Amino acid sequence: MGIFDKFKLGLSKSSKNISSGLNDLIFKRKIDKNMLDELEDFLIQSDVGTESARELREKFANTKIDPKNSEKDKIFKIFSSYVCEILKPLEKNLENLNENKPNVILIAGVNGVGKTTTIGKLGKILGQNNKKIVFGAADTFRAAAVDQLEIWAKKINADIIKSEEGADPASVAYKSLEHAKNNNFDYLLIDTAGRLQNKKNLMDEFKKITKVIKKIDSHAPHETFLILDATTGQSAINQVEEFKKITPITGIIMTKLDGTAKGGILLAIGKKFKLPIVALGMGEKEDDLQKFNSEYFSDALMHS
Amino acid sequence: MFENLTNKFEEIFSSLKKAPSLDEAQVDEGLRKIRQALLEADVALPVAKELIKNIKPKAIGQEIIRSTTPGQMIIKVVFDEIVKILGDTNSEINLNAVPPVCLMLVGLQGSGKTTTAAKLAKYIEKNNKKKSLLVSLDVYRPAAQEQLNILGEKNSIQTLPIVKDQLPIDIAKRALNAASLSGVDTIIFDTAGRTQIDLSMMNEIKEIKSLTNPTETILVADSLTGQVAVNVAQEFKKAVDLSSIILTRVDGDGRGGAALSMKFATNTPIKFMGTGEKIEQFDVFYPDRIANRILGMGDVVSLVEKATQDLDEEKIKKTEESLKSGSFSMEDYLNQLRQMKKMGGMEGVLSMLPGVSKIKKQMDNANIDENIIKINEAIILSMTKEERLDPKIINGSRKKRISSGSGADTATINKLLKQFKMMTNMMKKMSKGGHKDGIPPDILNQLK
Repeated sequence: MGIFDKFKLGLSKSSKNISSGLNDLIFKRKIDKNMLDELEDFLIQSDVGTESARELREKFANTKIDPKNSEKDKIFKIFSSYVCEILKPLEKNLENLNENKPNVILIAGVNGVGKTTTIGKLGKILGQNNKKIVFGAADTFRAAAVDQLEIWAKKINADIIKSEEGADPASVAYKSLEHAKNNNFDYLLIDTAGRLQNKKNLMDEFKKITKVIKKIDSHAPHETFLILDATTGQSAINQVEEFKKITPITGIIMTKLDGTAKGGILLAIGKKFKLPIVALGMGEKEDDLQKFNSEYFSDALMHS
Repeated sequence: MFENLTNKFEEIFSSLKKAPSLDEAQVDEGLRKIRQALLEADVALPVAKELIKNIKPKAIGQEIIRSTTPGQMIIKVVFDEIVKILGDTNSEINLNAVPPVCLMLVGLQGSGKTTTAAKLAKYIEKNNKKKSLLVSLDVYRPAAQEQLNILGEKNSIQTLPIVKDQLPIDIAKRALNAASLSGVDTIIFDTAGRTQIDLSMMNEIKEIKSLTNPTETILVADSLTGQVAVNVAQEFKKAVDLSSIILTRVDGDGRGGAALSMKFATNTPIKFMGTGEKIEQFDVFYPDRIANRILGMGDVVSLVEKATQDLDEEKIKKTEESLKSGSFSMEDYLNQLRQMKKMGGMEGVLSMLPGVSKIKKQMDNANIDENIIKINEAIILSMTKEERLDPKIINGSRKKRISSGSGADTATINKLLKQFKMMTNMMKKMSKGGHKDGIPPDILNQLK
């Protein structure tokens, strides 16, 4: 199965529930106010957010649809293309990361979004073509977080730098960059503890990590990826906003798109922050991280 | 914690309050905004619709028009509806069975099941005087079993030793045997995270449930969850007949709509909520209080309860008197700061006071953290008695002295003085606002 098929399969699985609703509303109704209402509701139920949903609705209301002219296709095209318009420029390819050695990628996010799992999967992708990968286990707070990352390291044949539980995460980050540099690694992926963006002390701790690694390489971290959970509601916007204040976010990865959540919030975030989107997590297996493709995502969000 | 939703409602109602009376158009406008606020707060669409539908007939017509404060009437109606949906009774955890009593936690990946398992064990130990055995049935996520066992060790809670490559159902059987041998009262089963559409994984928890026959099958759900909350709760309910819900990450900035959605969709009581990363940050969920907080009317009852546990009655009485007489001084503020420390910091107290979510937001923006309480304490302690009673006399040279005494710089001292002024103003305002007897009884109650 090709990467896009798999991508599509995952998304279609997660869009199945709501899409049957869209099918109904398009086949059984003319495009009148009621239908626009239903459309807006559909978007809201995908977590697109009220503001973006309203905008989409307005755009749709101004579009003339010939009832005889395959309504469904036309409507889908307009929806998808509008969404795609917003998201297309945000596609970020992992193959085109800067050629630093080591390329330092810092992973951020609130608790339980799937940071450690994503690092494992990212490591696998980046480790293709014999690239050398090292993990920095800077989540020294959550019990067994280091063990979890270590199992991933073994699985994908990466190195890992760790410290005891409760150690200063910034010092682990520092040590791991030192190690990566001295041993000629291609990528350093730093795992961090989950932190709610409204906890100032934890956000300060994150800031400290970014500062400390700059002592070794002033350009590090070369990438900071923020991990968002597709089941999260409108709080995801605040998450982006607050993490962005701490350090520039160079990419977003959305996880857990293998459930029924459609991740519509990504659209709102794309519109608002114009941040690059790197990949989508479609499941728990090693290969379930797919690169972000705006067409397929838009399609899956709107398509039946 | 739910201040965003609260702010929204405050905004809406302050505009409604301005009108002398409400006509249908105004009610429609108000409800339209409520609907939007609910949706922005992640309340699921069908739930928001139902709420609005129920409110509208009650809001339009005589009841409101006759009332002298229409805004308050609407708040009352909305509040009643939210309470009705959240459920207006407080439910205890069910431990009524022949020991070992089994409790099973289920939920999506990353909802906080493992942390909640340890918190629940600690809670039962403290409040029900029962010892628990923690058992992880998560054989999928790497190191998940280790995580639970480390949490158990750290907090002196028994855990089941890990046996490699055992299936969840076999681990459960082993746990049942171990529990009857060692005589623990309850077993808390932590299960692997799963999406509600994963049939084989859903079958797994069905099997575990029929083996262990738990008194409680608990959905652990993230309070930051979006629209999908309804579907998640419904599917888990269908599969394993949930008996309760525990809401996690209530200390986040989530707007709390998921709580409303899940309760509405499944009629499953929300019994507890996680309010932080520490093991004791775990509270009973009171629907009426949360509804109160959502509406910005203050979590009066909750604060009273918490306060009676922690507070020194005499100091309170003194503060109360100062408030009444309008002579609130730095000394009283110091007492308050110290009480705040006991009650879970500023955040804990402020989130429960009515009408202060805006101020709290300002304070959040001003980057107030818990350290500030300590610093402020030091500053006040470095003041003379005279200065504490009448902070207006604190001039430049006095500030210098206070600064060298407390180690805080002048800017921090100025900030404290400004905060103090803000606070006294706020209290004056509260005591004026239509309450001829001085302080509204609600506010005084919170300090008892």
